[in-house]
Amino acid sequence: MHELSIALNIVDIAAEEGRRRGLRVTGVHVRLGALSGVIKEALESAWDLACDNSPITGARLVITHVPISVDCPVCRCEQPAESIQQLCCGVCGTPAGGVVHGKEMEVTAVEVDE
Amino acid sequence: MNEEKTTKTRLVEVRQKVLKQNDLVARALREQFATVGTFVVSLVSSPGSGKTAFLERVLAMARAKFNTAALVGDLATDNDARRLARSLVPVKQIVTGTVCHLEAEMVRAALEGWAPDKLELLFIENVGNMVCPASYDLGEDMRLVLMSVTEGEDKPLKYPTIFNTADVAVITKMDLAKAVEFDAAATHRNIAAVRPGMRVFEVSAKNGVGMDQWMRFLDGRVGGKVQAERRPEGGKIMNAE
Repeated sequence: MHELSIALNIVDIAAEEGRRRGLRVTGVHVRLGALSGVIKEALESAWDLACDNSPITGARLVITHVPISVDCPVCRCEQPAESIQQLCCGVCGTPAGGVVHGKEMEVTAVEVDE
Repeated sequence: MNEEKTTKTRLVEVRQKVLKQNDLVARALREQFATVGTFVVSLVSSPGSGKTAFLERVLAMARAKFNTAALVGDLATDNDARRLARSLVPVKQIVTGTVCHLEAEMVRAALEGWAPDKLELLFIENVGNMVCPASYDLGEDMRLVLMSVTEGEDKPLKYPTIFNTADVAVITKMDLAKAVEFDAAATHRNIAAVRPGMRVFEVSAKNGVGMDQWMRFLDGRVGGKVQAERRPEGGKIMNAE
């Protein structure tokens, strides 16, 4: 498990943003895809430890889960995947290897005190 | 808002990938490899799936045709590197200490000052781990996920993420298939479910079954990239300062 190392990376990104803008960061918003390889609960567990003794101590973590969507060759558009174990179109059932969303692991925003 | 609060909170957009650093190093590696004409293959699997045995055989077969080298990652010992060196191919061990996966920076650092000239084929054996390596791009052209016949036909369903980030699946230890009553059809079905269209090879490093077919496939993929760089004047040295 490497969620602590991921959490530390997030803390660095958020702290750097706060430093650049000269503002106190009180929250960090993250998008986490189902296929990112990082588990939401494990990341939440590692968060407090990662923030400890950092410029953003006490900041809250807000995770938006991104479900898997695929490029369906039959529907010819982006559709939700059936499940992580069944990478097929959730609408028509056609196997679809082209993942459109679901691999995200990004910091989208920080909450700052004015 | 709470009347006692004197400060207001606002949201500032950031939009930065968490593993941006790794991605940048991986991209630089990819550019380097493209310049020299090196085809890079990484291997991931659980500990004990037979990565090293498979790679040992592959290195011995590949060196006849391509300038080949290998990097191998482990938490401790250089046993794997020593074993692979028996193939007479340059091999370097990356000892990660406590880190459970390889990252692009480790690959970059290992290649610095070591990568053989005009390297055409580089293998990177990741730390035995079906979870963490999935998140880290190493700059490779092809990622192999290995699973042996003893690991259970539902392995792909248990580790969909790593199968999804890999390009080709290799089922190893086929010499044991009968003894464990390996259900090839179920395994293929499960691989197709988590990664439609994934190429699958069944091999035994021990008795050689399937190895020729796999090498022919690899040959075709490597050939395409190498052809472009096998100019009379030769390729550029990868680590020119």
